[in-house]
Amino acid sequence: MEFLVITAIKLALILFVFMTTLAYLQWVERKVIAHVQVRMGPSRVGPHGLLQPLADVIKLITKEGVMPPHVNKGFYLAAPFLAVFMALISISIIPFGTSLTIPAFQIGSTTFGPYTTMMELANVNVGILFVLAISSLGVYGIALAGWASNNKYALLGGLRSSAQMISYELPLSLALAAPLLSAGTLSLRGIADAQAGFYFGFIPKWAIFQGPFPQIFSFIIFVISSFAETNRVPFDLPEAENELVAGFHVEYSSMTFAAFFMAEYANMVTVCCVASLLFLGGWQPLWPVALGSNLFAPAIFFIAGALCLYHGINPARPFDRITLPVFAVVFFGLAGLFAFPPVVPVLMPIFWFLAKVGFLLFVFIWIRATLPRFRYDQLMGFAWKFLFPVALVNLLITGFLVALFS
Amino acid sequence: MDIFFFLLFAFIALIAAVNVVLQRHPISSALSLVGVMGSLAVLYLLLGAEFIAMAQMIVYAGAIMVLFVFVIMLLNAGTEERTGRSWLAQIFGVPAMIALLGLLCFFAYKVFPNAGFVKFGDFTGGGAKEIGYALFTDYLLPFEVTSILILIAIVGAIVLARKELD
Repeated sequence: MEFLVITAIKLALILFVFMTTLAYLQWVERKVIAHVQVRMGPSRVGPHGLLQPLADVIKLITKEGVMPPHVNKGFYLAAPFLAVFMALISISIIPFGTSLTIPAFQIGSTTFGPYTTMMELANVNVGILFVLAISSLGVYGIALAGWASNNKYALLGGLRSSAQMISYELPLSLALAAPLLSAGTLSLRGIADAQAGFYFGFIPKWAIFQGPFPQIFSFIIFVISSFAETNRVPFDLPEAENELVAGFHVEYSSMTFAAFFMAEYANMVTVCCVASLLFLGGWQPLWPVALGSNLFAPAIFFIAGALCLYHGINPARPFDRITLPVFAVVFFGLAGLFAFPPVVPVLMPIFWFLAKVGFLLFVFIWIRATLPRFRYDQLMGFAWKFLFPVALVNLLITGFLVALFS
Repeated sequence: MDIFFFLLFAFIALIAAVNVVLQRHPISSALSLVGVMGSLAVLYLLLGAEFIAMAQMIVYAGAIMVLFVFVIMLLNAGTEERTGRSWLAQIFGVPAMIALLGLLCFFAYKVFPNAGFVKFGDFTGGGAKEIGYALFTDYLLPFEVTSILILIAIVGAIVLARKELD
């Protein structure tokens, strides 16, 4: 009973945070790309366009869903559900912090607790394989959408997507295997725990720095392949507008169209979570607590708040005088949260984990704003003739050195 | 609880397997086969072989069946046409199937006379470590021979494809 209640609470919390993240990732992406291209980005709905995701959701829900006449109805309707389902389910096994203990408390005459729970929905001992299995099933949603639409552009998009995902899954899995060798476990929590500690007291033992062979190459291969797995620029051939109109989702409208976008962003978040767990040490801090890494989070929130306050006092636009001080108060509040000692051991791991995931998401968006799209034969040649051999050699060297030094 | 899940997923696997044959469109058949693979993976999981279950999902449902669907989409295979069955199949089809099933059950019972239900969690040799250990010690020769066989098949496929190109 206790387990069920705690799991239900965690489920609701994770679902809320995840869904909000997905909605606001769109806003962040548009804003970042706009600033890279020296534009304003969304700025009309709410202060700094912050209510834009809400407006988008309302627009998409109230739009008319058009069913084209010559589609294969069953598969046409099932495809977006499949894509979203496969994209959302992986988050259930991502650990995002250490354990949380709620001390015993009294309501009326009954005493509850103490409760201890790990910060994840499920600790699966083959967690990383589960992520791989689910991500490889995600192809079906896109492939079926392309095929069932009965449209040549959609079919080409679906075909490109499945070919690309099959090809890039190989370097992705090989790049994954190398840090698994040094961690010696398949559980995501175990992998993150294996990266705790520091060399010489200040270099973190994250997989990208860890001996006997630092996994920096497999990290780069993983990130490149995950661009292709999530159909992002520069590998977004399945939805190349100038060749395929829109790719596999050309016949979709309203919520079914939104479903594909949601799946893309959810896949992005999952891939970034896996990358930070496998290569960047999950919730392990960048430098030891003894050197003051616990002060990093309040400091960064304090600086952000101070910046907002400064720009609020010297506003560039008239409404900044009201909105920026509000943001400043929010940031100061977040900084103040870290002043309570009992909260720190719970919040710091979450902060580090979210910081790493956020950084990787920013890299995804940054690259989208920077790089042009690949040509299709370049994309395939790159996967098979460069990434695959490099990943294989990296795995061989890692395996050899791990066997030698353990 | 485990018997409930076993029956549920065995039933789903059977329904999907029958559906593979009954469906007239190749894509529907291929997707039913994915259903069979998925329920088999759940059955492995119920036996306590979590590594095999995940490998089943990654390799069969995730890679091989995606290739099947890919090829069907690429060739744009249409719905198959029904032709009249031969009188031989109409008369003897169902009895022959029942006889075959009976024979299978009989031999299964002969070979494993005291077979019972496996309880969830009884079997613990399904982790990655145990599988890897077994593959590289007891079953090293079959494992390597299979790898070479697959390598030959890959090389053969490439040679055949190149001939088409020239």
